[in-house]
Amino acid sequence: MYVSGLSLLRFRSYDYVNIKLVPGINVFIGTNGQGKTNLVEALNYCASFSSHRVSSDQPLVKQDEINAAVQVVVEQESRTITLDVEITPGKANKAKQNGSPLPKARELLGILLSVTFAPEDLMLVKGDPSERRKFMDDSITQLIPSYAGVRADFEKCLKQRNALLKSAYGKTNADVMHTLDVWDVQLAKTGAAVMYHRLKLVENMQGLVSDAYKNVSDDQHPLEISYVSNLEIPEGELSIALIESTMLQALAAKRNSELDRGVTLVGPHRDELQLMLRNLPVRGYASHGESWSCALALKLSLYELLKRSSRGGDPVLILDDVFAELDEIRRRKLVDLVKNNEQTIVTAAVAQDVPVELEGALFNVVDGTVTKVE
Amino acid sequence: MYEGILQDLIDELGKLPGVGPKMAQRIAVHILQSDPETPKKLAELLLILQDRVNFCEMCGTVSEEAQCRICRDPRRDVSQICVVEESKDVIAIERSREFNGRYHVLGGSINPSQDIGPGQLRIKELITRLQDGAVQEVIIATDPDMEGEATSTYLARHLGPLGVTVSRIATGLQMGGDLEYADEVTIGRALSGRRIISQGGIS
Ligand SMILES: [Zn+2]
Repeated sequence: MYVSGLSLLRFRSYDYVNIKLVPGINVFIGTNGQGKTNLVEALNYCASFSSHRVSSDQPLVKQDEINAAVQVVVEQESRTITLDVEITPGKANKAKQNGSPLPKARELLGILLSVTFAPEDLMLVKGDPSERRKFMDDSITQLIPSYAGVRADFEKCLKQRNALLKSAYGKTNADVMHTLDVWDVQLAKTGAAVMYHRLKLVENMQGLVSDAYKNVSDDQHPLEISYVSNLEIPEGELSIALIESTMLQALAAKRNSELDRGVTLVGPHRDELQLMLRNLPVRGYASHGESWSCALALKLSLYELLKRSSRGGDPVLILDDVFAELDEIRRRKLVDLVKNNEQTIVTAAVAQDVPVELEGALFNVVDGTVTKVE
Repeated sequence: MYEGILQDLIDELGKLPGVGPKMAQRIAVHILQSDPETPKKLAELLLILQDRVNFCEMCGTVSEEAQCRICRDPRRDVSQICVVEESKDVIAIERSREFNGRYHVLGGSINPSQDIGPGQLRIKELITRLQDGAVQEVIIATDPDMEGEATSTYLARHLGPLGVTVSRIATGLQMGGDLEYADEVTIGRALSGRRIISQGGIS
């Protein structure tokens, strides 16, 4: 698939901008703060309802404005699909497909598939576990769009249960306990679905990550990924029901400490995607170069999974200011990937940062204005 | 920005649910320019509304009499009670004409972030209504969202042991939805496809 048109309204620094893109390679050149990353961020948002730079929607809306809008025209084999997303912080997104409003904005997910490589990817390896949980959740959302609802349900439930635990502090009467019982049921139900999907994702990614790591690094040691949970799931055929019943037991066992601390201690919000090299956790032990190889390997495996499951062609590749961060070997590997992909969007501060092989449509981004170089 | 009375009215209207500043302005200007009978009628109704309209002592829905039209109607089936969050849900289900029992309005759902627990809902009143044994089935039609589900689970656990069958309407209704906005056909289907979550008499 490829994106033929992108429009932003009141998004980040832009009042309005409309760009026509081409299949193959599109390069956006602009120094920091000129707005080139905002363009790919908007694109990314339409694919995952999540930004690769910030975790809330507020910064996406131009200052002093109430909402922002993004329109993306996606070309899939022989069909053209226009996606519209309206972002109003604090409210549910609104979305249209080919001009018709969708009952739920998240029905839009799964049409535009994209994978972004950016300097922020290093945080996937060096950052908190929450970064890797976000990576898993964003990845599943693109692979299985209905997961957006599963994830939202769990987060809402967790918020409600934590509020209850906080207010229950010091007054553990029967009423509170009975209310907690019903939120345990909800948490186990929604949390088990989240965990199940993450476990499946990691299972599907393991081989791909290991291959991708060998490919981007000269390291002969494999990169091993595993899902580490605070919950001990019994051996046997993995199912949501099994995780759910295990979680219910764990919630019952932890209830007193939860009441003491006023937070939910059991659930996928405390799990971790563990990365291991030479039997050591990558976080804390790996060199800068190794860390980059791990980050690339994770993203490359996501690309591969999306490509395999896609019914509309290759995912759109976004290389956001990433070449300046990489050494020659890792640059080469990305270039190889790009060469065979249907569409790639590259941003860089200066043209020299972009490898010469990546020739295509060229755009200059200066002070929020995008001009195509003919 | 207008000034004086007009702006005061816009500000007041803007506090109403679902009315934004632009809508408030349109309503206020419309009233200003309309036939004098319109604001007069509106003002009269607003003045008497809280005095004259109350809540049914039995089911808790909006009613001008001590008991609402549905609770007073002898043709309604006394063996079924449909539990909803708000009065507006009663209206939505009535529109579907699929239900001939009576209702019970909880006044919300279990929502810890808003500090609403079972004690703030009309659950005690519901249990009182089940005492005489006439009610065979309680159909829970709380909203199909997280809070509605939690409320439903709570009710199933507390009503089941009293000997009534507790059922939950089917979620042909979209998860995260609001009963009020569902169409008649969907509500009808949700009611007829309800599943038993606690069998009466087994406790
Ligand atoms: Zn009544």
